[in-house]
Amino acid sequence: MLASILATGLAMGAVYALIGITYNTMFATSRVMSFTAGQLGMLGGVFGSLLMLQWGLPLIVALPLTLAACALVGVVTEFVAVRPVLKSLDQHLYVLTTLAVALIIQQITAIEWGTEPAPFPRLLEVGEGVWHEKYWLPVAACAVTIGGLEYLYRRTLLGHAFIAVAEDNFAARALGLPERNLRIGSYALAGAIGALAGFSGGQLLLAFFANGPLLNFYGFIPVALGGLGNNRGAVIGGLALGLFQQAANFTVGGIFSSVAVFVLFIVVLLAAPQGLFGAAASRRV
Amino acid sequence: MASADNGAATMPAAPAVRRPALPAALLPFIVLLALAAALPLTGNEYWALIATRAAIYWVLVAGLNLIVGFAGQLAIGYVALLTLGAYTTSVLVAGTVLPEISPFLALGCAAVVGAVAGLVVGLPALRLRTFYFAMATLGFATIVTQVALAWQDVTGGGIGIAGPYFPAPFDTAWGFYYLCLGFAVVATILAGNLGRSRFGRALIAIRDAEVAAEAAGIFKPALLACVFLFAGAMGAVAGGLFAGLQTYITPEAFTFELSLLFFIAVLIGGRGSIFGPLLGTLLLTLLPEIAAPLAAWSTLLYAVMLLGIVLAIPGGIAALLDLGRRKRLPADRAILPRPAALGALLGQRPPAPPMQLKDITLQFGGLRAIDGLDLMLRPGEVHGLIGPNGSGKTTTLNVISGYYRPQQGSLSLGDDPMPVGRPENRAAHGIARTFQTPRIIGEATVLQNVMIGGTLSGRASFAEAMLWLPRQSADEARLEADARLALQAVGLEALAGFRADRLQHSELRFVEIARALMLRPAYLLLDEPAAGLSSEEIRRLGQLIREISTHGTGVLLVEHHADLIFEICGHVTVLNLGRVLAEGKPAEVRAHKEVISAYLGA
Repeated sequence: MLASILATGLAMGAVYALIGITYNTMFATSRVMSFTAGQLGMLGGVFGSLLMLQWGLPLIVALPLTLAACALVGVVTEFVAVRPVLKSLDQHLYVLTTLAVALIIQQITAIEWGTEPAPFPRLLEVGEGVWHEKYWLPVAACAVTIGGLEYLYRRTLLGHAFIAVAEDNFAARALGLPERNLRIGSYALAGAIGALAGFSGGQLLLAFFANGPLLNFYGFIPVALGGLGNNRGAVIGGLALGLFQQAANFTVGGIFSSVAVFVLFIVVLLAAPQGLFGAAASRRV
Repeated sequence: MASADNGAATMPAAPAVRRPALPAALLPFIVLLALAAALPLTGNEYWALIATRAAIYWVLVAGLNLIVGFAGQLAIGYVALLTLGAYTTSVLVAGTVLPEISPFLALGCAAVVGAVAGLVVGLPALRLRTFYFAMATLGFATIVTQVALAWQDVTGGGIGIAGPYFPAPFDTAWGFYYLCLGFAVVATILAGNLGRSRFGRALIAIRDAEVAAEAAGIFKPALLACVFLFAGAMGAVAGGLFAGLQTYITPEAFTFELSLLFFIAVLIGGRGSIFGPLLGTLLLTLLPEIAAPLAAWSTLLYAVMLLGIVLAIPGGIAALLDLGRRKRLPADRAILPRPAALGALLGQRPPAPPMQLKDITLQFGGLRAIDGLDLMLRPGEVHGLIGPNGSGKTTTLNVISGYYRPQQGSLSLGDDPMPVGRPENRAAHGIARTFQTPRIIGEATVLQNVMIGGTLSGRASFAEAMLWLPRQSADEARLEADARLALQAVGLEALAGFRADRLQHSELRFVEIARALMLRPAYLLLDEPAAGLSSEEIRRLGQLIREISTHGTGVLLVEHHADLIFEICGHVTVLNLGRVLAEGKPAEVRAHKEVISAYLGA
């Protein structure tokens, strides 16, 4: 039992961590927490199933297409729901606009794709039992993503520009950085990361329109625990959440494990509103 | 000035905008009620069903409106309260757990359970940022449904449970409709009373000018806790009625779509309004019925509407209906303070003990913004605080008013030490302030903005305000009279009924002073009140400040206009790099060599 708790827990945890990174990537350049993060994960599963099972495309074509499609969704989100409300960030209108876009995505999926969970194909035909690919694929995807992001942010000029905008938007603009294009870029990147979460976890989550809100909530917990914008915190938080949830699942049952996760979430947040690894809020007067 | 002197008597009272107290504002409610009461004349029981549903939804939305529309807290998952109320009522009436009770008693129990749940769900709002709170409410909604599914012994799980049966005369479609309509009317009255009371204004202040709300002594946690209790109870009562309407309930009846309907009804209606969200609720309930093919698409429709409202008409229906906002402002208006009104407002207050700051040190990271500052404010004296940019003037003011917590030093009023870092407790000590950038509620009228300054002086409790008992109407009348006096004193009474966001910057500065005067302050802290004023306005401001101090109020004036400081202050302190460079009578300070070289530059 311990092996399956570990396998499922780490797999789900990696998916949650990837959604958490999706939140962070969008937040970094826009200071906006977007409800679309979970929907991008849902779309990753749906597009994967559509392209590979219904259209019969091979993995090597289906994966880039899925990532590109979700990157496009990310860019559309930036145009429709983020840019118009950036001027009045303190009114938190983005909560409403991104919620609206997330619901539009979900409902269109429900109407076009259907409301029943659809199967997701095996990708590599590697591994059985607790070494089944459905358990280690998300972990691998998470490792690749975090490695890639570290490389991007620390070693490339583009990454430095991202960090500059994230640190001080105003100063970055004054330096002549193309802040708007960088923001669009980060939404495209977030779309691809979210898609990867849903694609790599597709065999566990299936292609199901209602996965969005679920991923939204469980992907947000690592962000809240790890501190906004902290990707390493999100990975640690995500894996911890996955293990905790699966342990509770196996010991006390599914329903009460969600109650346990919710209670834990609220208690931790009330005790440490900035997250376990986050910085204190700035002054207001 | 001649016309201004007798202005109080002859000035036509400016019609107040958005005040449900006025009969004119009640009219739409009465028309709507008459239409609702006449609905059975159609004889169509299908309409009874729809209208009953709308009434039930409104019972919930009326409470939620105070949270979302007034306080600006984004509570999205409110279907959870409906679920909770529905199951509580049904289970108690069925008698599966406890002995069977009457449906009305069960509704009462549901209200109590709902109030507690509303408080528990709301608590995170006191600590968490907006998005976190929205997430927490969404999470709660999911949990409640899952518990309802899992707890089969009590809730019947996925199979469900019979709803409560209401006895005659409420056992027919129209009878039950009238019962729900009655609840809707009560909900409207309670929410309306709260909305136009000082609690409603305080909620809007928390939403739009939280810092100013704290300075007025509004304690956000206590206020929000009351509103969460109220909204939770309303939501659960609505749930009980909903179960009665459904006759049989399963967890599937409580979809996320309903949460969305409630939430969007408030936003479509418009923030800070009662009638707007009422229309919004009717609209959203009717929409899928009128356009039957749309039923399957309703969530998508709601989502598109949400996006459209936020981006295109952020004011909602209320803003479209608000005819007063296009009323013309008086032409050629000027700010003409009338000190005579000050006497009526402030009276002659018994001298407060002096306020003393001892050895205050405040660091931001490695920077010492204030470095061992001693300062003494005396009642009835205008104390000037000047110094170059970054010398710690505003920081000192923020330490006194509790926004900054110094690492070292003490703050006392006479012999009583004042706790540091508690902004919401300063008003109770008689300390009022204004801000460098005016912190005003743009969507409220000037009069309402000023009344917020007197929030602390209200005597009626939240429950009394909800029922509009005698103490509440006395409070309201007194606050309004005081606010008009304060506006006369600063010279803005002609603008009392206009939305504050239509005023000029200089006028907002005087509105802030009027709001601060509502406290009848022992000490008044003014943060650069002359910035952006014309020289004539500065002269009038100086007169006003001096006049305020003659009524026993001690004034701390942070300013860059050295002329104003030296003209009206009885005592001047010059700061440089967080330390006192010089202090004394204006003439002494003006002659001080270091001051001349460091600051005056002459």
